[in-house]
Amino acid sequence: MAETYEVPTGYVELTPDDAQTAGDREITNYTINFGPQHPAAHGVLRMVMELDGEIIERIDPHVGLLHRGTEKLIEHKTYLQALPYFDRLDYCSPLGMEHSYVLAIEKLLDLEVPLRAQYLRVLFAELTRICNHMLNIGSHVMDVGAMTPNLWVFELREDCLNFFERASGARMHSAWFRPGGVHQDVPLKLLTDIGEWCDTRLPQLFGDAMSLVIDNRIFKQRNVDIATVSKADALAWGFSGPMIRGAGIPWDLRKSQPYDVYDRMDFDVPVGTRGDCYDRFMVRVEEVYQSARIIKQCLNEMPEGPIASLDRKVVPPKRGEMKMSMEALIHHFKLYTEGFHVPAGEVYVATESPKGEFGVYLVSDGSNKPYRCKIRPTAFSHLQAMDFMSRGHMLADATAILGAMDIVFGECDR
Amino acid sequence: MASPAPLVRNPEGALDQVRAAIGSAFIAGGEAVGELSVTVVRESIADVLTALRDTLEYQQLMEIAGVDYPERAERFEVVYHLLSVTRNHRLRVRVSTDEATPVPTVTSVYPAAGWLEREVFDMYGVVFAGHPDLRRILTDYGFAGHPFRKDFPLTGYVELRYSEAEKRVVYEPVSLPQDLRTFDFMSPWEGASYVLPGDEKAAVAPPAPSPPAPAPAPAPAAKPSARKPRATKVDAGATPATKKPRAPRKPKGEA
Repeated sequence: MAETYEVPTGYVELTPDDAQTAGDREITNYTINFGPQHPAAHGVLRMVMELDGEIIERIDPHVGLLHRGTEKLIEHKTYLQALPYFDRLDYCSPLGMEHSYVLAIEKLLDLEVPLRAQYLRVLFAELTRICNHMLNIGSHVMDVGAMTPNLWVFELREDCLNFFERASGARMHSAWFRPGGVHQDVPLKLLTDIGEWCDTRLPQLFGDAMSLVIDNRIFKQRNVDIATVSKADALAWGFSGPMIRGAGIPWDLRKSQPYDVYDRMDFDVPVGTRGDCYDRFMVRVEEVYQSARIIKQCLNEMPEGPIASLDRKVVPPKRGEMKMSMEALIHHFKLYTEGFHVPAGEVYVATESPKGEFGVYLVSDGSNKPYRCKIRPTAFSHLQAMDFMSRGHMLADATAILGAMDIVFGECDR
Repeated sequence: MASPAPLVRNPEGALDQVRAAIGSAFIAGGEAVGELSVTVVRESIADVLTALRDTLEYQQLMEIAGVDYPERAERFEVVYHLLSVTRNHRLRVRVSTDEATPVPTVTSVYPAAGWLEREVFDMYGVVFAGHPDLRRILTDYGFAGHPFRKDFPLTGYVELRYSEAEKRVVYEPVSLPQDLRTFDFMSPWEGASYVLPGDEKAAVAPPAPSPPAPAPAPAPAAKPSARKPRATKVDAGATPATKKPRAPRKPKGEA
């Protein structure tokens, strides 16, 4: 081409040197820091981005700015004392984190859990899922430019937090799931309120908020075909949860490896078709409705009965019982000082937390403290894929990709 | 199984399949608490995982965990957790190593291993040979040491604060106004390694038994007797009865 091009007469041929005015500098790729303090980073994430103009060439996420050594701390605590650390991992879905841990202990102890406790756990795990998705959907929408839906879904999140407070006394860090069951029973009014909320307020407010977003032209332009992940990539990079379902693989631990009473629940697993950010978003939207379905089933089927195992070598007795029985008092004292001993062995227990597979690899040496408690965060493998997912996209897409990943640094950094 | 933990069924003959797939690299394997795990030769971990991925459909590497057993000759265990979404099965593969011996990387088998191996390196100092980018990942920039080793103190060695005088963050050796409270809640009958007040007397060696009385002259050969010599009887009775320790109590937590 260049050879055949003839310079028209009357024009002066420009060389690259002529094109530059004074003060111009030719730049090639340049590197910027995204974070560690960035509102769209959803926490403390530093991403070193190599950009060609506005195109992302390479991303090197630096994590660990919120590393607190949770796993090391857990090794120095008894099994029960270690439980509240799990609330503080993914502080957007605290009960989902506790779920894996208590199931791991129960598996090592081979402890039976009463049916009501299992229903309560499933109910509150699903409520946690709604709570988590409200935060993620809201902030994702806000990251790509819409303000109103975020404010609306945060009202729903507030409702969820109020339910947690009424069940456990704490809005976020509940520490309500315990080895052997749950800490306290819930009042009947709370259950009826949750049922009513699922029927009226949730579908109404959430439906309204999503009607602003789902078919919105700008929202689709920002999300459709952004960061498409194939099925093979999703498997190879260890995706789980909405990320793997968004890529089109119907994999849900609640269905395939049921725990508690999930095998009695009737719900659908939404799956994406294209594996882009929009699919991941829509999978979460549908999961909210499915969670509401599970909650309704729990409320309908939940039996009366004890809310924690009656094995007094693991679960402490009720306060009232302690006033009457010497044995109960001794059990209480021993469980809150020495704690219970867990038989030597190791388990890897993974549950479907709102963000994906949250696993706990628990190694016990037979004492009252975990020998090793490795936490498998969902965010680690997802964030690791940030590099290949955003390669070739625009800088502004990085926030959409990050928003659709649903990352919380308490969990990623531990 | 009584517990409501996630249900993963180990199919019939799963261990034999795994054993056949990994061949000579197999060291040990078994099922415990309903979970299948195998120990393999460290040098061939990449081949093992490739074989497991390609023949037994373990498509996902969910986790690599380091565990420190300081009393072992090869103190570190690197534990790989595999998941098959088609066969709905989990498998644990482990290798052991020490501070100096590298473990071959598996990043070429599972790209997800990149950060997971970096984490094990960061926390335990296990080196992964051939890893494309073996940097620290969770600890601070310029951190020294490997914090999850059992001999690394819980408090660490340095603490940092913002210095108003120097207008920057300064690192200082950790100084605790009060020692960390480490309670030993173990029952004294089970694991206490210290001497309880009063117990020091029990440790004193019991007084040496009195020398055996001289054996009486043998009875006349004409009357061989099957009876035991009298002196031995006396001797047995004279031995001071050592105080028997209390019978160990049943461990509390065992349900």
